[in-house]
Amino acid sequence: MDDRGKKSEEICPGKKGSLDLVAVRKRLEQTKGPEYWRSLEELAGTAEFREMMHREFPKGASEWLDGVSRRGFLKLMGASLALAGMTACTRQPLEPIVPYVKQPEEFVPGRPLFYASAFSMRGYATPILVESHLGRPTKIEGNAQHPVSLGGTDVFTQASLLDLYDPDRSQTLTYLGDPYSWSSFLAAFHGPLASQKPLQGAGIRVLTQSFSSPALADQMQSFLKLYPSAKWHVYEPVNRDSVYAGAQMAFGQPVETQYKLDKADVIVSLDADFLYGGYPGFTRYAREYASRRDPDKSMNRMYVIESTMTSTGAKADHRLPVQAAKIEQFARALASGIGVNAGAGQLGDAEAKFAAAIGDELKTHHGSSVVIAGDNQPPVVHALAHAINQALGNVGQTVVYTDPVSAIPVNSTDSLRDLVSDMRAGKVDMLIILGGNPAYDAPADFGFGDALKSAKVPLRIHLGLHQNETAELCHWHVNEAHYLEAWGDTRAYDGTVSIVQPLIAPLYNGKSIYEFVALLSGQSEATGYEVVKAYWQKQHSGPDFDMFWRRALHDGWIEGTTFTPKDVTTKAADFPTSTSSDTKSIEINFRPDPSIWDGRFSNNGWLQELPKPVSKMTWDNPIFIGPAMAARLGVQKEDLVELELQGKSMLVPVWVQAGQPDNTVTVFLGYGRTRAGRTGTGFGFDAYQLRNSAIPWFAAGLNVRKVSGSYELASTQGMQSMDAEIGQRPLVRETDLDEYRKEPNFAQEEEPKKDETLYPVVPGFDYSKQPYAWGMAIDLNSCVGCNNCIVACQSENNIAVVGKDQVNRGRHMHWLRVDTYYEGDRDQPRAFFQPVPCMQCENAPCEVVCPVGATVHSTEGLNDMVYNRCVGTRYCSNNCPYKVRRFNFLRFQDWETPQYKMMRNPNVTVRSRGVMEKCTYCIQRITQHRVDAERADTPIKDGELQTACQQSCPSNAIIFGNINDPNSKVAKLKGLLRNYSLLGELNTRPRTTYLAEIRNPNPQLEHLATAASAVESENS
Amino acid sequence: MAQIFHRSTNTISRATIFGAVFVVSFAFWVALKIERSPYVTYAGVARPQPVPFSHQHHVSGLGIDCRYCHTSVEVSRFAGIPPTKTCMNCHSQIWTKAPMLEPVRESYRTDKSLVWTRVNDLPDFVYFDHSIHIDKGVGCNTCHGPVDHMPFMYNYASLRMEWCLNCHRAPEKNLRPRGQVFNMRYQQPTPDSPVAMDGKTFSDQQSLGLYLVKKYKLRTQADITSCSTCHR
Repeated sequence: MDDRGKKSEEICPGKKGSLDLVAVRKRLEQTKGPEYWRSLEELAGTAEFREMMHREFPKGASEWLDGVSRRGFLKLMGASLALAGMTACTRQPLEPIVPYVKQPEEFVPGRPLFYASAFSMRGYATPILVESHLGRPTKIEGNAQHPVSLGGTDVFTQASLLDLYDPDRSQTLTYLGDPYSWSSFLAAFHGPLASQKPLQGAGIRVLTQSFSSPALADQMQSFLKLYPSAKWHVYEPVNRDSVYAGAQMAFGQPVETQYKLDKADVIVSLDADFLYGGYPGFTRYAREYASRRDPDKSMNRMYVIESTMTSTGAKADHRLPVQAAKIEQFARALASGIGVNAGAGQLGDAEAKFAAAIGDELKTHHGSSVVIAGDNQPPVVHALAHAINQALGNVGQTVVYTDPVSAIPVNSTDSLRDLVSDMRAGKVDMLIILGGNPAYDAPADFGFGDALKSAKVPLRIHLGLHQNETAELCHWHVNEAHYLEAWGDTRAYDGTVSIVQPLIAPLYNGKSIYEFVALLSGQSEATGYEVVKAYWQKQHSGPDFDMFWRRALHDGWIEGTTFTPKDVTTKAADFPTSTSSDTKSIEINFRPDPSIWDGRFSNNGWLQELPKPVSKMTWDNPIFIGPAMAARLGVQKEDLVELELQGKSMLVPVWVQAGQPDNTVTVFLGYGRTRAGRTGTGFGFDAYQLRNSAIPWFAAGLNVRKVSGSYELASTQGMQSMDAEIGQRPLVRETDLDEYRKEPNFAQEEEPKKDETLYPVVPGFDYSKQPYAWGMAIDLNSCVGCNNCIVACQSENNIAVVGKDQVNRGRHMHWLRVDTYYEGDRDQPRAFFQPVPCMQCENAPCEVVCPVGATVHSTEGLNDMVYNRCVGTRYCSNNCPYKVRRFNFLRFQDWETPQYKMMRNPNVTVRSRGVMEKCTYCIQRITQHRVDAERADTPIKDGELQTACQQSCPSNAIIFGNINDPNSKVAKLKGLLRNYSLLGELNTRPRTTYLAEIRNPNPQLEHLATAASAVESENS
Repeated sequence: MAQIFHRSTNTISRATIFGAVFVVSFAFWVALKIERSPYVTYAGVARPQPVPFSHQHHVSGLGIDCRYCHTSVEVSRFAGIPPTKTCMNCHSQIWTKAPMLEPVRESYRTDKSLVWTRVNDLPDFVYFDHSIHIDKGVGCNTCHGPVDHMPFMYNYASLRMEWCLNCHRAPEKNLRPRGQVFNMRYQQPTPDSPVAMDGKTFSDQQSLGLYLVKKYKLRTQADITSCSTCHR
């Protein structure tokens, strides 16, 4: 352990992985732990944990750690500080003000404009509206009018804004690392391209990522017409190969499967993490799922059978953690149970009962149930899911088949394999890699990097946003334009086309993929705009094209491009067994990282620092190991282990994750980058080393060996824990549907009455008589823990990224956190998500302790934070029972990098060192709407004013509004019986309240579980 | 032992201690005066500009309305600085050869913006909105002063927070009918020159102000002195 680590352990006992699971188990046997817990330390009730909970920030957060002690520093600097105080008396510097030469039409200085566009990942679009201040995009929001987005986004979409302004983005065209001009590239490229003409392009290979753009597909066709022997390859590391292969198996053709979750009473997920960003259609699915979670209407029931603890699993009414290989057996059992001839699955007793119970329920829900197979499951599981859905009559009801969204729905692994063998055979004269990073993320057995380096490929060109690992091995690197800088088009998961509209001219003169492909077809001058517009002019050639085009840009999608449902017929039912079924040995699972996906967002600080949904891990990718397995291996969190698979090995740290299936290790892709940029390089461990083309997703036969040493991880799980006494008033209140029906006000049992106080809140002031009283209701039932609100808040409110070291000291700055609580057994817990912004207490404990009046109440009930008054005593955060205040221990904001200056929201102060900050309910939005409403002489309409978190929430879990308006949505929600306030017994009167979570378990399975635990307690 | 200090030292030391109170108070007084002086606030100090634009000439001489150039003042927080195009609307016809206007023509020719110096410059943590002040009947010259008599632009008010609060605590002292907001020569009502409005005649500012506070639905004094009104 290095010096730094030792030091932080002295300061921060218990922060290191000193949790001994055997001891914990013993302790648990003796005492009764809390009902709901966030970390295994909390469950065990260790002294260190209690110490940490009682502190405002983790121990050491406020220590000066640079050699000189805080006291010594103060002694030395006292006098100079006193003198330095005089520097506050400077005059304000003169400031330039620069108007336009010719002001654009419809532009009002000081007001933002919104443009419709679309973010796309793997070819699946998230339709967006982008806020632009003086031509600078500053915030991405979901396009509420778009039928797919409905206003929601996912974390990747929100954070893609930071990618635009990433100062590490490739800023120039290079040849062997030296900067060159575009014209010199054209001159150098012209000869080799011309020499391919007589060969019909036999030596040209183009490699792209998955895309759905119709214009690009059209360009590809015309390029291939020009060079008929050229080949176009597609590679995506987190691909949907088995989805399309499964469809091929079931129907003889690749189709896209869409689900209508609002019509589904029963949802069965076979390892599908469909309630998290990155899953095609996530925004829509989250909305539809949440619409059926209202316990006062008819509630759906969700079963999740999964091989990794995910946020989707956490939301399940019944979750079964099993090895990934077992899911095929489970699917067979399920299929056989409803009369599909799929062979009996080999399942354990409990699993078989689970499958039988689901089967029974599915049989009674013909046409109103859905089975979803995960992208990481082999084709046969998809085929089984299709067969089950067919047998249940769900097709046309809850399941719809359409053409594939991907423009080239080929097997991405095979496509890359062909390319590599051509490269090895010397058939490739010119390799053009358009986006992506195959040198880093290709299957290890292909040796793509070596094949790329070799002299057998004489000309290698890379177009990309970053000078990444692949760019390094290419001759030419062309800097790509970000999607907010370039024209394009793309399809949403239902096929609807959105035009990608640029918000800003390319910052570094980058070229878009459209412009590059146009160059290949000999149109070196064509702009992306011309290419895309020309394509759509062909599709819509009437005289009203201008109207059509303007409408498409304005609305954010093109009418009539949605795929029509496809009639497919099942081929002969034949479900070949996929190879791996060794469930005795340890299994390895590869998953895209929930924050940085396949590594493409490595250099994105917002995503790197985003606490991942269940582990709350930041900046790293430790492997997930279940508690039972960890005890067996004798490892604890932060221990280093060696993973060895098929002769390859790697060292990784361990994270003991409650709910992780036994004998299963999950590794997350995307880390261990060597050329990501200042933010991403060197963080985490490269799991692609172990992944090969035969085992893209999971494999048995993993060896896990504990090695000496440990690795410090920065997880925020357990930080900012609130103090609720064991045995009473849990912070997360939940029950099941039957109990709720019997006792609907269970959540409010100990809620203090509104007038139950000896002290009037503010003498002579009544909030209920004000025109506006802002409040928020967060529906725990709807929240799917997708983290989107955190990134939206970060983007809207100029929140700084602090880095791994600072996160470990508890100094991360997120105004909104999503707490994950677990309940029950460590190996099969139930999990709950609770987003916690500032509660905006009417009776705020922070206000009374501020010596300088920097946090005070507004008449609308907001707990205002006045940065320019704050002197940084931190008394307020010390007195906040919810731990929602964040302190700028250092100057976390980057004030120098010009790109970041452009990115910030001009309506929110950029905070400096020594200042406290916290959620303001997006006061800048409230003020703007209030001003506009007053000018129009109308009250602010309900729903028109949305906070950033609310706006971006795909599942509508966060509702904000005027609680003095009895007809507002928030007032109605707060009137529900399941509404409760967090730590309400402290009489803080929080304006943010929660709707208790109601689960809808299957009585049959509940019965089984009770019986099982009865047996267990008898045995012990 | 011989006496070191003369007896008069007692008096001197008493006087010194007593005097120190005055010295310290004086130092405070000086600091506060400097803080409010035009040296710090720039009030009344003309700033260097690329073109010696005269508001006096354009406003009182030619009678151009404020909104001809400051177009967004009624709809946005920012009143707007006119683009070069606005200048050239007239100056492509008149004074086309004036050397004084060369930077303007150059800007129009080269498509490069004129770089002005901001005159009324609030700190970055203050969020002021023009449109709502206009809407509530705060005249331009209430804050900006006699712009029609300024050959060179300077800020009229100190723009200190106390100055803002003076009005936010008692807005009725400064309100005028909406129609008079852009009137540079508007006078508050006096018994000699009353202001007529909605069929009523007001002969003093207090009664007019209170009437307008109601009519324009001003938020309460407590509302508009909440911190988050201006700080966020």
